[in-house]
Amino acid sequence: MPDYRGNGRPAIRVDGVSKAFRIPEEQMHTLKERALHPLRRTGHHTFRALEDVSFDVKEGEFFGIVGRNGSGKSTLLKCLAGIYSADRGNIWIRGRMSPFIELGVGFNPDLAARDNVVLNGIMLGLSPREARARYDHVIEFAELEEFQELKLKNYSSGMHVRLAFSVAIQVDADVLLIDEVLAVGDASFQQKCFDVFNRLRDAGTTIVLVTHDMGAVTRFCHQAVLLERGEIVAHGEPEDVANHYLELNFNRDAPEHTVGAARAGNGAARIVDAWCEELDGTQPGMYLQGHELRFCARVEFVREVEDPGLTVVFENESEVQVLVASTAIEHERTGRFGVGEEVVFSVEFTNVLAPGRYYTIVTISRLGRGLELLDRSAREMSIVVQGSASRGGVIDIPIRSSIERSPSSDRRHAEVG
Amino acid sequence: MNTVDYAELGPPIRGPSALSGDWRRFWHLTFTIARTEFKLRFYGSALGYVWQLVRPLLMFGVLDLVYSLGKLGAIPHYPAMLLSGVVMFNFFTEATAGAVRCVVDRENFVRKIQFPRLAIPFAVILTACFNLGVNFFAVAIFTFVDGVKPRVQWLELPLILLMLLIFASGAAMLLSALFVRLRDVQPIWDVVLQVMFYASLILIPIERIQAHNKPILGVSLVHLWMINPLADVMEQYRHALLGPTKVILSGKVPTRGGISAAAAIGGYPELAIPVGLVLLLLVGGFWVFNRSAPHIAENL
Repeated sequence: MPDYRGNGRPAIRVDGVSKAFRIPEEQMHTLKERALHPLRRTGHHTFRALEDVSFDVKEGEFFGIVGRNGSGKSTLLKCLAGIYSADRGNIWIRGRMSPFIELGVGFNPDLAARDNVVLNGIMLGLSPREARARYDHVIEFAELEEFQELKLKNYSSGMHVRLAFSVAIQVDADVLLIDEVLAVGDASFQQKCFDVFNRLRDAGTTIVLVTHDMGAVTRFCHQAVLLERGEIVAHGEPEDVANHYLELNFNRDAPEHTVGAARAGNGAARIVDAWCEELDGTQPGMYLQGHELRFCARVEFVREVEDPGLTVVFENESEVQVLVASTAIEHERTGRFGVGEEVVFSVEFTNVLAPGRYYTIVTISRLGRGLELLDRSAREMSIVVQGSASRGGVIDIPIRSSIERSPSSDRRHAEVG
Repeated sequence: MNTVDYAELGPPIRGPSALSGDWRRFWHLTFTIARTEFKLRFYGSALGYVWQLVRPLLMFGVLDLVYSLGKLGAIPHYPAMLLSGVVMFNFFTEATAGAVRCVVDRENFVRKIQFPRLAIPFAVILTACFNLGVNFFAVAIFTFVDGVKPRVQWLELPLILLMLLIFASGAAMLLSALFVRLRDVQPIWDVVLQVMFYASLILIPIERIQAHNKPILGVSLVHLWMINPLADVMEQYRHALLGPTKVILSGKVPTRGGISAAAAIGGYPELAIPVGLVLLLLVGGFWVFNRSAPHIAENL
């Protein structure tokens, strides 16, 4: 979690906001339908999207709103953005607000970059003069100088997103509302987005981020709320909120297992528990880069199994397999395990993972004729790696470096001197 | 955060509305959307805006041909009047028929950003105004070529066009708001427009109706006819442009101008009916739109 460096003045206040949608059970769109069924009641049920939601956001704070699909987080964001009006309660926002609910609203494929930038800028609340004045900055940031005259329909999707994003951040908002727009674009673009958000946050912009990426929440947010069925169920430190969110997901997905439901395998063995620990056996929940790390899985055998092994895959938030650890290399013949026997498999390694959250895919399998999958639990557990020496890659290993002058340049330097 | 002073946050935000209380933003948005639409209308066509002139001229040509067979050509300046009528009705069609679907078609704006909702139908009206401006060049040239002499009463013309604009605006607001809930509005309005074209003294001059005048339920047909605000706009336009009808006895050829709308409907008190209708539509249209504006994003 980053340190909050703002002045503590309030930027957003949400006070007792409720919002319900009336969802007609049967859509009656035409007169004929009404005329033919004059007595039919157009029944509708009420869907309570938000229920008495209250929180405060301070100026310069990075605020996370998390929740599962349908928990009301996007409705809340749209209420903040002034797109939906709240049924009850009030929302205060100080200063200009720029919603990143969708990038490039109003973009027209038949117009060149300039017209679209001005159009989109005005849609986002700039005056035409301001929008025109910022055009050069926008193009520069989007790195599209060479393509200014090109019609937007000839842009690649990447160029399109870059242009839209550049306009949105040029609006000089005091409050940014970001809905998972970052789901689009490649990893490097996403990183660029977060870099910009961090820079803006340091400059005093208040940022509200709606996401279900717990990694982003723990890395960027000062404070977060967790919504569930339209109500705030957790509010506070991003780390706690993130854990709460993961618990919520586990509980729903697999009430009978300690580890969740994304299971596969023939059932000959069952992963009862899986965890990470330091070599002294402590489980801090957060693991420092460079330290030794042990991953353990307790397995109960349901049938008799010969030579099983553990494989664990560490996936980062972009679902890239960063590390695969297995017992199979060192222990090919593990022996025979009887029915009901409980065994702990573990792998140890130096934690070279870059800071961030990692999800584990744990597999118990045996090499018979081909690979026999006994049990597999995917992405039900995650660990957070912390470190300050990240250089931006997916792993950070000790690096030796040297700088040597070549003899020829040394001589030239001497001559000049 | 116990000592936080919430007073400095100002009033709470109010959510979406028709105007959002920010006139400048409303105007910027309306103008920008309208200008973009206008620019893009003939995007990629070789002749561009020329088409904007060709369409009414072509329609005028056909109508003129058909009706000259009906010996209406004998009426002085009939072609000039026909063209102006076609152009003005074109504006009304464009503004109102375009407004019907506009909010639904701009769904991506409405769902994604906060802005004065009324900017959408008004952008349609403004685009129609731009096109009316272009068309009026043709009308002006045609009117001069036809030998119509300038008159002081021409100062009345902007006022008449304003009436047309108010009528179109009221209808546009009402239709665009209703269409979100009831999709029948579109075919209904198409039919209404078709009827209106023949009921608005564009093709059929008022003399024809006067010639067949008979009381219906105790009211003269002409008077009933003039309840249609568009008929009043067209007739008053002709009256202002050409002057009143004079019968020059010596030549025995009546120079035909227009009959003022008030005279046609039977007096100024009666004129209050179409004018009242227009104003009622404006107020009612705004009321309906303003009421539905906060929930348009949810109801789309």
